[in-house]
Amino acid sequence: MRKQFVETVSKIIEEDESAVLLLGDIGVYGFRDVLTRYPERSYNIGILEQSTISLSAGLSMVGLTPIVHTIAPFIVERSLEQIKVDLCYQNLGVNLVSIGGSYDYAGLGCTHHCPADVSILNEIPNMQIIVPGHPKEFDQLFSQNYNNNSPSYYRLSESSNNKSYKTEFGKNIVLQEMGDVVVIAVGPMLSKVLEAIKDLNITLIYCTTVKPFDFSSIESLLNKKILIIEPYYNGPVLTNILRENNSLIGNFTSIGVPNKFINKYGTKDDIDQMIGLDSASIRKQIIEKMSE
Amino acid sequence: MCRTKINKIKIKILKAAYAGGEGHIGSSFSVTDILYVLYNSSVKISSELINSNDRDYVILSKGHASLAHAAILEDKKIITTEQLMSFCSHDSILGGHLDKNKVPGIEASTGSLGHGISLSVGMAMGVKIKKRSNKIFCVVGDGECNEGTFWEAMLLGAHHNIDNLYCIIDYNRSNDRALKLDSLEDKLKAFGWDVINIDGHSHVEITNAILSNRSNKPKAIIAHTIKGSGIKMMENNHEWHHKVPSFDELKIMIEELS
Repeated sequence: MRKQFVETVSKIIEEDESAVLLLGDIGVYGFRDVLTRYPERSYNIGILEQSTISLSAGLSMVGLTPIVHTIAPFIVERSLEQIKVDLCYQNLGVNLVSIGGSYDYAGLGCTHHCPADVSILNEIPNMQIIVPGHPKEFDQLFSQNYNNNSPSYYRLSESSNNKSYKTEFGKNIVLQEMGDVVVIAVGPMLSKVLEAIKDLNITLIYCTTVKPFDFSSIESLLNKKILIIEPYYNGPVLTNILRENNSLIGNFTSIGVPNKFINKYGTKDDIDQMIGLDSASIRKQIIEKMSE
Repeated sequence: MCRTKINKIKIKILKAAYAGGEGHIGSSFSVTDILYVLYNSSVKISSELINSNDRDYVILSKGHASLAHAAILEDKKIITTEQLMSFCSHDSILGGHLDKNKVPGIEASTGSLGHGISLSVGMAMGVKIKKRSNKIFCVVGDGECNEGTFWEAMLLGAHHNIDNLYCIIDYNRSNDRALKLDSLEDKLKAFGWDVINIDGHSHVEITNAILSNRSNKPKAIIAHTIKGSGIKMMENNHEWHHKVPSFDELKIMIEELS
């Protein structure tokens, strides 16, 4: 996937005068030609991830399309507040592309692991999360969407599926439909899942956009048992499904702060009322639950 | 003449804070002169220019001084008096930290310290990439000079010769009680910036510092200011960092400024 990332982004830098590449001293050898040919729009910016995110926001604010790349824990966990405030709160078209998802750098230990990347970013309003499972899919998804004016995270991994599919941003693919059990495989988990279910009657859905999640692809399957197989800390896909339809949790109903920026002021009570966390709204929800 | 004008703006700041029951008045009063000069004699910005590619950009990185920025925008007729006086009410466009997607003329949503200067480096690099001649003016507080990202931005600005970037440090010494910035000028010079010290309440000194074309380095202007400037009970008094006056205090303060 790393090689495809270099090819895809090199082509974009060559063709699109608004594209700017910022490397956090990672992938520099791979991009040596671009760094030499387009020095005004490609930088090995240094090992200062927080400022790199803020700087990318500044580039976007004057009409450029930044592509920021380094290893997953450094881009996501170290720079989290910059991602929240500068990219997502301001809602800017900056692309973050990480390498080394989860424990890809197994030999380097936990400082270089980042299985939390997707669940952390899933909690930040406005962020789009793309998990390609094959180099060709990265090329399709990135080329379609890198200039869509939204903060976006592309999770690259060392492992890829054996085969690529024609992927589209925000769309799941139903690969097969049979039996009473549904498996949703995210990104590079697909090949392993295919091997695991080869003699089983299973409905299989392939997901490469975790957020916004393609809820419509599973709407007709909600009466079946559903397993979600994710290559990072489990949870984001289920969270996004439940945020779309809270009644799916059976006996449980989850109520809290909605996943969007609360861009109103006033008092805490004003906000509680606005989002339904005041006593009257909570009571209404409880009575509805009692009458189900 | 200018002092009378500044005092009128400060009275509006006090009234907006009182109406909204919120605000960082001391920080706003230390930076009012700087923002006033930027918008009136230095920066290419006006209500007609706020969406133009030709404008200069002002980033208030010390976003908690939002009252001062909002009052200057009102003075420039970029927002209305009614909008200013709705400060921090539920449906207001103005909160304790200003939202670029709500307030015309606000370039960046700041509030968490240490972001604005790195973002400004990006804007300054960006307009150069686009071969435009805009200038970027980033106003930071001395407190946020504690942040590592401030010093990251100093490295980046110097390394990339960002000569269209002005970092104005509102040095009101609010942070001396925590982590002093002794010999700030030496530190900034060592990082490769062009540095001058000025009286941050002198309109002549602020104007000269901004208009002088001293070098092709990024420019740091250490503006020595007084937190709460203009109100005796507030000057250099930490109690007023985040406090709204009572009605009686408001009357006394307005009298002092009138």
